[in-house]
Amino acid sequence: MKLEDLKKIREKAAKDIELRQKNARIKIVVGMGTSGIAAGAREVLKALLDEIAARNLTDVMVTQTGEKGLASHEPMIEVHEEGKDVVIYGNIDAEKARRIVAEHIVNHNPVTEYVIEVK
Amino acid sequence: MMDEICAHIADLVVNSISAGAKHIKVSIEKSNVKNELFVKVSDDGKGMDESTLKHVIDPFFSTKTGRKVGLGIPLLKGTAETCGGSFNIKSIQGKGTDIMASFQLSHPDLPPLGNVKDTILVLSISNPEVDFFFDIKNDIMSFTFNTKEIKTLLDGLPINSPEVIKFLKNYLDEHLDFFN
Repeated sequence: MKLEDLKKIREKAAKDIELRQKNARIKIVVGMGTSGIAAGAREVLKALLDEIAARNLTDVMVTQTGEKGLASHEPMIEVHEEGKDVVIYGNIDAEKARRIVAEHIVNHNPVTEYVIEVK
Repeated sequence: MMDEICAHIADLVVNSISAGAKHIKVSIEKSNVKNELFVKVSDDGKGMDESTLKHVIDPFFSTKTGRKVGLGIPLLKGTAETCGGSFNIKSIQGKGTDIMASFQLSHPDLPPLGNVKDTILVLSISNPEVDFFFDIKNDIMSFTFNTKEIKTLLDGLPINSPEVIKFLKNYLDEHLDFFN
């Protein structure tokens, strides 16, 4: 397996690159401060990336941020969707993160039991 | 708390990003011959002045309030020193910061290294605007992972696209098999 193979992926995706950049429908932000990392934010981020890759969700972007100031709720993730309120989930683990992708991101039903704030 | 060396590395990288770094180099070297685990994170962020540096190493050093500095660095320093290793930090304002920690590989208190592959993947993909250079070595093999090179090959296709994530995951699985 060589990095050069990325060129093939690039060529295959060439047609819809512009479209994708315009249409990032959902942004997921993972809190990665010291407390978030200690509480398992990396595992959450990894689970999100795995799900996005496995489901081929080309309109979802995952990024990270520093401390969110709510250390007792770490790991936290925020779901930003155009034209909708930001949904903040707390005390997330890898399993819950997978569920959020399936139910909220794919099927548009926020997983209310994990929500700690909507703004 | 930080029960894995990789958690410390992720924490240092997040600090670097908060300091505005655009280029971050992470080295991990595991040597059975030298009985040493060595970790270094270098960045081109805004750096720290002397008083901030002292505060970062010993958060109770300064009485000034309002500084947002966590406990990650003192914890790493403590772990390194407990494990028969050393800790060093160099920072130049406007240039960047280098943090180095070493540990005796055989020390009973050494926390597990953690998953190096996942740490590289997660940091590289969730910070697409930062160029990462990872340098991973043991006594017999070495591996480098340069996200700038990857982004050049991708020529505009975001590094956090599903097919790229999938590719990089497999690529790291294959090439870092020697390390964990």
